[in-house]
Amino acid sequence: MANTSPSQVTQHLLVVLVEDHPGVLNRVVSLMRRRSFNIDSITVGHSEQPGVSRMTIVVNGADDEVEQVGKQLYKLLEVLKVTDITDQPCVARELALIKVAAKSQTRAEILQIAQIYGARVLDASPNSLLMEATGGEDKIDALLGMLRGFGIRELVRTGRIAMVRGPQTAQTDGTGRRSGRSLERITEGTVAVAE
Amino acid sequence: MAVAATPRRAPSPPPAAGRAATAHPAEGQVLSGSQLTCAALEAEGVSTVFGYPGGAVIPLYDALPGSSLHHVLVRFEQWAVLAADGYARATGEVGVCMATSGPGATNLVTGLANALLDSVPLVAITGQVPQPMIGRDAFQEVDITGITLPVTKHNYLVQRAEDIAPTIKEAFYLARSGRPGPVLVDIPKNVFLARAPFHYPETVARRGYQPSHIPNQRQVRLAAEAINRAERPLIMAGHGIMLAGATDLFREFVERSGIPVIFTLLGLGAFPESHPLSLGMMGMHGHREANAALERCDLLVNIGARFDDRATGRIDGFAPNAKVVHVDIDPAEIGKNVVTDVPVVGDAGEALRLLIPEVTPRRHEEWVAWIDTQRNRALHAALEDRPQTPEPYAIIRAIAEATDGQAIVTTDVGQHQMWSAQHFGYDHPDRWISSGGLGTMGYGLPAAIGAKIGRPDLEVWAVVGDGGFQMSLNELATAAQEGLDLNVAVINNGYLGMVRQWQDLFHAKNYSEVAISGPDFVKLAEAYGVTGIRVRRDDEILPAIERARSIPGPVVVEFVVEPEANVYPIVPPGASNSEAMHDRWVDEASV
Repeated sequence: MANTSPSQVTQHLLVVLVEDHPGVLNRVVSLMRRRSFNIDSITVGHSEQPGVSRMTIVVNGADDEVEQVGKQLYKLLEVLKVTDITDQPCVARELALIKVAAKSQTRAEILQIAQIYGARVLDASPNSLLMEATGGEDKIDALLGMLRGFGIRELVRTGRIAMVRGPQTAQTDGTGRRSGRSLERITEGTVAVAE
Repeated sequence: MAVAATPRRAPSPPPAAGRAATAHPAEGQVLSGSQLTCAALEAEGVSTVFGYPGGAVIPLYDALPGSSLHHVLVRFEQWAVLAADGYARATGEVGVCMATSGPGATNLVTGLANALLDSVPLVAITGQVPQPMIGRDAFQEVDITGITLPVTKHNYLVQRAEDIAPTIKEAFYLARSGRPGPVLVDIPKNVFLARAPFHYPETVARRGYQPSHIPNQRQVRLAAEAINRAERPLIMAGHGIMLAGATDLFREFVERSGIPVIFTLLGLGAFPESHPLSLGMMGMHGHREANAALERCDLLVNIGARFDDRATGRIDGFAPNAKVVHVDIDPAEIGKNVVTDVPVVGDAGEALRLLIPEVTPRRHEEWVAWIDTQRNRALHAALEDRPQTPEPYAIIRAIAEATDGQAIVTTDVGQHQMWSAQHFGYDHPDRWISSGGLGTMGYGLPAAIGAKIGRPDLEVWAVVGDGGFQMSLNELATAAQEGLDLNVAVINNGYLGMVRQWQDLFHAKNYSEVAISGPDFVKLAEAYGVTGIRVRRDDEILPAIERARSIPGPVVVEFVVEPEANVYPIVPPGASNSEAMHDRWVDEASV
């Protein structure tokens, strides 16, 4: 019997459904910090159920660490459901607003780049363009890479939100089973049995 | 010594004499927030609260005399919460404390952390500045719900008077259910003053809180199979057995399976130490045979303990040959520190109830005989020597002898705590009350106050060091004011002994800031209007203890001991339990 073996650190995508109470974000973030869990991004917003908010948390860690994240999250009263959808077919998106320096001689080239990445221009001034881009993180990264040379004046990214493909939901799939690797309240059966 | 395990829940103590039990308010009766608070506490069956008044809770204290609650006025809020902690551990009921906003509330933080780490059911009620002042840095304003987020099981800031009673209902439910813990309820002053109808809900329903009480039958069967197959099984008994009130079931399980038992610090009392299958405490200051059995066992059955690092030592050297069965009500404890082969998530009592019929009755004679060869007989023989200066372990043994092992022992933290854990011999549950996880110095006296109020039928001894006692000795005034018949044994070595011991053993005897002077403890006791006794010689130990027992009210007995006595065995920091250091009395033949 040995300590939890140091398995590989990977990025995990967690969907967390929480009761929409004051301070719930504080509780979640405080818990992650206290337990030294490494959050890459966290987004919060309303879900399809009134009174229930949905958090998407991108967290870096080994599988067993992320399982511990789930168990600790379940100890918060407001947390209703934690699902690790890392290995699920899912749609993951983030939104970026980018204000890029644009003079008359560079404007056409920037608009061309925006078109390639499907970014929409929302505002313009003599010296700048404001555009919105949605997509996976790699796409946003690539767009920013193309724009960097022109001078990015201001940038905001929302962090990732995600949804599993197909009819199933973060609550249950059509058969009542949970989708994704649900981090169960009760861990029984998830651990190999003594031989 | 009697080895009968007593039921955890003592009958609730009657309200203090002369205190008329007031009738509960009727549903719908309009009351002030303060009255609602008292009514909710009464509805929970609370008889005693520990607290300290202040500006924001003046309205609450205005309502107290009209309630049936007995308020114990402490001398420092930190000791209010730890007295409530001692009360909870002694009775199995939820301990209750109250404090004002600002410094009153922040003084509770240590005690809340103490209760969280040791899974003690507590409800703390704090006053807050009036709602319009919140966020304006008002006088005595602190964000206590923010501050106590990581040291409570849950906390609340009550916004409306009509929410007070349902919130307190939920707070008590949370504190005592699942894995018990502290819950804080913060109530603004104007909410105490507002009026609302009394409504006390029958039940609590929170979607996000469903403790796993009953374990999965399949996992229980797998645990039983592992137990029935094992050649050298060992049970690790934790606090959870007592929290579940399952000491009788545990004894039945141990005697049926024939498996020897080691204890975590807080597990002491889960099973009689005088029983032949009892090996005593494990871990950093564990008995030699307990740690030797850990090293050699092929199956470790942990019931109600959380694999604390003081119990496990270096984790990769912990029980290196064993498969692990872990019974815990908190799923987050499974696999947190130690890889578990068979997790059983549920209440220890429910798990044992299901496990007992599945376990084959056995006797592990060869295995138990091998463990017996690991006892350090040289040490045991040396402990019988009685030099002229009082030896700390001799004091602990004398208290056990004088009280026939029936007393409640509370401690501070350090050497005296480990001597008390090693040498008292706990045969009954809930008699050993010590700060395990947090290691809170000063705990001993306030915990003894709480324990004595909760269990007036039992003799109570606070065993403290001269360091820790100087943190909380002001509570002698509380004990005197309450007229509590409790005794304080001060093990005075003139040092912060455990730190000095580490400096001695691991820091080249560099005694940095550990020599500590103190008052004349006999005169101090007299100044508080209580009796003080000083013991300087071994032959005075037992007479002094008997004298203290015969005097009603608080008694302080100061034992002047050898300044540089060390606690042995000791596992050096970062080492495995098998690498314990022993005193000069180590039995070389059995190493």
